[in-house]
Amino acid sequence: MKRPSVVETAPVVVLAFFVVSAVAPNLIAPGDPLAIDPLASFQAPSAGHPLGTDESGRDILTRIVHGAAPSLLIGVLATAIGVGLGLVLGIVGGLGPRWLDTTSTRFVEVLFAFPGLLLALLFIAIAGPGPVTSTIAVGLATAPGYARLVRSQVLSVRRSGYVEAALVLGHGWWRRLLRHILPNVTATLFVLVTLGVGQSIVWASSLSYLGLGVSPPAAEWGAMLNSGRTYVASFWWMTFFPGLAIVLSAAATTLLGRSLQSRVRSS
Amino acid sequence: MTIVAASRVSPRRGGTGVRWLIGRLGGLLFVLWAAATLTFFALRLIPGDPAEALLGGPGSQASDEALAAAREEYGLNQPLWMQYLAQMGRYLLLDFGTSYSLREPVSSVIAEQFPGTLLLASLALALAWVLAITVAVWSARSGRIAGALGSALEVVAVALPHFWLATSLVLLFSTTLGWLPPISGRSPSGLVLPVITLAIPLAGFLGQVMRESLLNALSSPFAQSARTRGETATGVIWRHGLRHAALPAIGLSGWAFGTLVSGAVVVETVFARPGLGRTLLSAVQARDIPLVTGTVLVVALAYSLVTTLTDVLDRIADPRLRTEANA
Repeated sequence: MKRPSVVETAPVVVLAFFVVSAVAPNLIAPGDPLAIDPLASFQAPSAGHPLGTDESGRDILTRIVHGAAPSLLIGVLATAIGVGLGLVLGIVGGLGPRWLDTTSTRFVEVLFAFPGLLLALLFIAIAGPGPVTSTIAVGLATAPGYARLVRSQVLSVRRSGYVEAALVLGHGWWRRLLRHILPNVTATLFVLVTLGVGQSIVWASSLSYLGLGVSPPAAEWGAMLNSGRTYVASFWWMTFFPGLAIVLSAAATTLLGRSLQSRVRSS
Repeated sequence: MTIVAASRVSPRRGGTGVRWLIGRLGGLLFVLWAAATLTFFALRLIPGDPAEALLGGPGSQASDEALAAAREEYGLNQPLWMQYLAQMGRYLLLDFGTSYSLREPVSSVIAEQFPGTLLLASLALALAWVLAITVAVWSARSGRIAGALGSALEVVAVALPHFWLATSLVLLFSTTLGWLPPISGRSPSGLVLPVITLAIPLAGFLGQVMRESLLNALSSPFAQSARTRGETATGVIWRHGLRHAALPAIGLSGWAFGTLVSGAVVVETVFARPGLGRTLLSAVQARDIPLVTGTVLVVALAYSLVTTLTDVLDRIADPRLRTEANA
């Protein structure tokens, strides 16, 4: 076991901070994230308000700490939806009969024709904006990528010796899926999920920023950026710090995913 | 068992150039048809009156005349299969209906807005390529520490959300330094910040792919043999390594174009720049369904064409893809 490097420990430290913020925000910032104080509006970072205040005098640091829970939760839920759909489509494709594989592969191809956020935007146009629909939208937009990866992984595991051995031993379809194929797909999938959460956080907060997800004054990072948009030229701290929280959490999960990936590969 | 499994790994490809191309174009047509079908049925899933949905949902308080006109225009009184056929027929003629929020045919809105976004995306793609090659070559030449630094830069670049990068660049170059306008408009200097915003995250991604394949190429036999023939380190990188490393990145350029158009939604909004992305966002906000579906379908069409093109280019650039075994 080699000693973990800075590249491996730094993301864990950053993520630990955000996770503690999400679980017990009052431990780090005991204030009320929604408490307004009109006399203290638009204050620059100072000793009293380390990251400044917004248009209603709410403390930005408190809001960022309290915003960790919704922001991270939306990212994680969206990833869960994307991975769940991806797993179903990928397993159906990789294990099902040929016609089912063709159908699901084609379906995924069609979803791939809507790049990036487009599928999410189409979904929101139909289902209406809001936190729930934007989470589902991000999950939907990431699903085709997961489906393709799961399918290729399932195909390679399926052709391996131990699955053939299980088949020869007369084990049924479910047993082969649950005992042999899924456990061997999960390691790769776990890495992908870690890499994907960062992206989901960024996309979900983009939607909030565009006014299609969580709306202000809720303490969510994208929504905070949205309300800071109007004042960006004069009060930079209103957009800079919530954005920094998004960048840090996304970069940290990506780096964590990377080091997990190299561990899985080398083992 | 193994044979069956192996045959499934390379699905329905094969054949020589022309047959491959016909198959690829067939796939393209299928995807476009299915995408159009998907949007048709997705619209019918909206609860309530479809005529009302087309005019902006229950909140729009459309008048009875407007609803009747919409029913007439989209043939909503007819059976579903006739509506479907009529819709597909109109799509074939690039007729996407009328945008109620802009009171203009959707196709003319798109024709007006697309060139600006295309210019933005093309410039960003070009800049991303230049940045990615620079970082890849620099970190391949300068050893481990530079490699780690390059890799860290790439991870941060990829994690940068467009909206935050855009506002940070505006703060730095417009508010503080006053060099560039914060609003893009149609002037050339207004293009600089949007292009940089779109290019940096993409460059990080392309850079990761290029650096990895460049390092692979530099340790492969053909690079060794070039070195033993007396080729300089620079020569090996530029004449042999980069050619090899560019292949996966070319393949990704189609995908990159898609993310750029999607990123344009955010970037055009931040910089108040007219374009397809901003049009799409205001259409989503107004729930202007004809404009949303029209825009999304046109982007899907352009995106599918570009990915098909990069597949063809890939095949031309990499003779290995043309052999029977890999076909």
